Amino acid sequence: MGNKQTIFTDEQLDAYQDCTFFTRKEILRLHSRYHELAPHLVPMDYTNEPDCKLPLALIVDMPELKENPFRNRIVESFSEDGMGNLSFNEFVDMFSVLSEMAPRELKAIYAFKIYDFNVDNYLCKEDLEKTLNRLTKEELTPEEVELVCEKTIEEADLDGDNKLSYADFENMISRAPDFLRYI
Amino acid sequence: MIMMTTDIYALFSSSSSSSSSSDSDEESLSEGEIEALKEQVEEKKKLIATLRNKPWRMQKRLSLLKEAQEFVEKFEGALGKGKGRRLYAFKVMMTKKLIKFNRDFENFKTACIPWERKIKEVESHFGSSVASYFLFLRWMYGVNLVLFGFMFGLVVLPEVLMGLPYGSIPRKTVPREEQDTAMDFSVLLDFGGYCQYSILFYGFYNNDRTIGLLKFRLPLSYLLTSVGIFGYSLLVVIRTMARNANEGGDGGEEGDFIFSWKMFTSWDYLIGNPETADNKYASITTSFKESIVDEQENQKDENIHLRRFLRVFANFLILCSLGGSGYLIYFVVKRSQDFAKVDPKTLTWFEKNEVEFVMSLLGLVCPPLFETIAELEDYHPRIALKWQLGRIFALFLGNLYTFLFALFDEVTAKLETEKSIKNATEWAYQQYFANYSLFYNTTDVPPPNVAPADVIRGPCWETGVGREFVKLTVSDVQVTYLTILVGDFARAVIVRFLNYCWCWDLEAGFPSYGEFDISGNVLGLVFNQGMIWMGAFYAPGLVGINVLRLLTSMYYQSWAVMACNVPHERVFKASRSNNFYMGLLLLVLFLSLLPVVYSMMTLAPSFDCGPFSGQEKMYDVVIETIEQDLPAFIGNIFTYASNPGLIMPAILLMILAIYYLNTVSKAYQQTNIDLRKKMKMVSIGVVFVLF
Repeated sequence: MGNKQTIFTDEQLDAYQDCTFFTRKEILRLHSRYHELAPHLVPMDYTNEPDCKLPLALIVDMPELKENPFRNRIVESFSEDGMGNLSFNEFVDMFSVLSEMAPRELKAIYAFKIYDFNVDNYLCKEDLEKTLNRLTKEELTPEEVELVCEKTIEEADLDGDNKLSYADFENMISRAPDFLRYI
Repeated sequence: MIMMTTDIYALFSSSSSSSSSSDSDEESLSEGEIEALKEQVEEKKKLIATLRNKPWRMQKRLSLLKEAQEFVEKFEGALGKGKGRRLYAFKVMMTKKLIKFNRDFENFKTACIPWERKIKEVESHFGSSVASYFLFLRWMYGVNLVLFGFMFGLVVLPEVLMGLPYGSIPRKTVPREEQDTAMDFSVLLDFGGYCQYSILFYGFYNNDRTIGLLKFRLPLSYLLTSVGIFGYSLLVVIRTMARNANEGGDGGEEGDFIFSWKMFTSWDYLIGNPETADNKYASITTSFKESIVDEQENQKDENIHLRRFLRVFANFLILCSLGGSGYLIYFVVKRSQDFAKVDPKTLTWFEKNEVEFVMSLLGLVCPPLFETIAELEDYHPRIALKWQLGRIFALFLGNLYTFLFALFDEVTAKLETEKSIKNATEWAYQQYFANYSLFYNTTDVPPPNVAPADVIRGPCWETGVGREFVKLTVSDVQVTYLTILVGDFARAVIVRFLNYCWCWDLEAGFPSYGEFDISGNVLGLVFNQGMIWMGAFYAPGLVGINVLRLLTSMYYQSWAVMACNVPHERVFKASRSNNFYMGLLLLVLFLSLLPVVYSMMTLAPSFDCGPFSGQEKMYDVVIETIEQDLPAFIGNIFTYASNPGLIMPAILLMILAIYYLNTVSKAYQQTNIDLRKKMKMVSIGVVFVLF
């Protein structure tokens, strides 16, 4: 079961198991996926914690993310520098949150970050418009987009500031029946 | 918290530097601070346990983890100073070992889950709704495996290992008349011949109270295992329902956040296939447009009377077809009873398998018929899907129960024949007795020396019923696999290869590739399981057959869906459908419990086959065990417990409890609504205050 692996020390693997929802085998598999993205950049030996980051363009090409309309935002929300360059730690973190074992509250926090395009900690009308256009591949007319965004703010905004804060978002998403299954 | 830590660091360093001072000094320090320290350690431990749930950067988590682990290690050792140190250190070491063991066990368990990769592949191509069918199939496989374990280990294995072998007693031998055809393939396919007199069916089991060296009580075990199968299934279904209900969100009303939910939760993050993604985009757009139109138009009703008339008419048509199908099945089963009286060699294959054929045909033809009729009704697609599922459910249920009633008639007929055979056997025995005494002029008559194959046999209705269920299950499997082969695979091959030389585009127009019929397949699975539950009592081998069937289904259907199907055009789900199907399963469980319990309680067992032969009623075995094997006072307890005077108040109490819980739940829902209103009020109030 991989006791002969030399990519990580045992302490590192145990630490990863404590910090994410993954098992040992899954973490090793994630490393091989990370390595596949750029074999000449990513070292096979992580025991001395090399400082290696992969750019956004390589990561959004992964089959799991390629079809997702929010792939850029997903990678950006998990990157330290906000530009989408992920180290292996952040890579594992991203998949840990997206995995099915992550609890609803954690997913809600990151979902808010993903949908917040201008990173101002509020979902304002422009954020909603961008989300909608990504979702429908811009098939809706501007009036329809306007209507949907207005209705969304009307439904979810509790404090009346015409934008959704994290509390509004969390309140709305906690009642959604499909949220946990789909994200 | 950091301040406290440094204080404690200081305290300990100061105490160690003044170690030369009296020991009591150190002791008083420990006693006073030890509680606070323990609390610290507990807090750090809790942090370590919940670290993965925190929305921090990985680097921060790793460094916090290291810090917390170092703290815990350092001070757990230190806390052990003084009394009970060794015990404390031992406890700590055991907890660490336990955590490690748990972690390894979790890793092992995840590695053991079968077909995970296959299901994930299906999920990424077809979305989570199709994958939910396969998850359901896998869950069913697990449940059936456990049921098989029960039946096999507690009933079949003891009989095979410790019971009498084939051919030793009449019930275990093929009768003389049937022996020359017993090995024929057609007879075996029909589950007659050697199949009928094997461990597959009820009739094989002997009614000895105890068998073998271990004095294993087979009849009791048979009865209790059959009941236990239902009990276990009930437990598992309800536990899964409760788990789904907890995860599926806590009952927000459908209409509360329509647009918000559509915007933030409609994308399926598990999609990895471009075709599926395109379909998903299209369906999201359509769904938004639908809601927009709904919002704008305010549901203007064109012609409410016409719509009502059409709906009533559609329901009438559907009731007619349901009634028609029920009558057809009854008619066919009656005919099969007539056929059974005729010599089997004169019947065609069709006439022999008419019942199963008709039932499968109805199951294939009626659902599309219902769908076409439902177009008259003009409902919202989600509501139409619910109606469709309900009607298919009613169809299957009606068919199954009609089949059961017809079967029941057959059973009563067999019981009548049994009486006459019993009389014949007794008469023959008396004849033998009289002849023997006359010939040898003695009253000490040994039992007749007849070969087991020649003994006059009763009709053994339980094996008959078991055979019917097994034949039904097998034909159901055949029809399903054939439908997939023809309806999906052949269709895909034709569309793909004929497209080169055909006038219109086969792939885009008619017939194009098939879509995976989730609801049809899930309902089929649910009803198959219902038949297994019903038939397991009469045919212990049926559960094993079902396990094989589910195993092959998994591989066959996952291959078929990947090779021949395209993702759905309209991707919508019957919301919270997981619990919907579980609810159906629960209903089917209860409905399949009824016939079995009824036959156990009312019908008399056959006099010469099965583990209950010779008893008045099947449950007499339990009463016998209580009277003979258990101490006297337990028998008294049972007598008291079965007194109607005790049962009626108990039932009354349960009804009152249900009523009370219902009222409390309604009160909670009302409080929920009130609190929500209050929340909105408060927010508006804040705005007012600001102004």
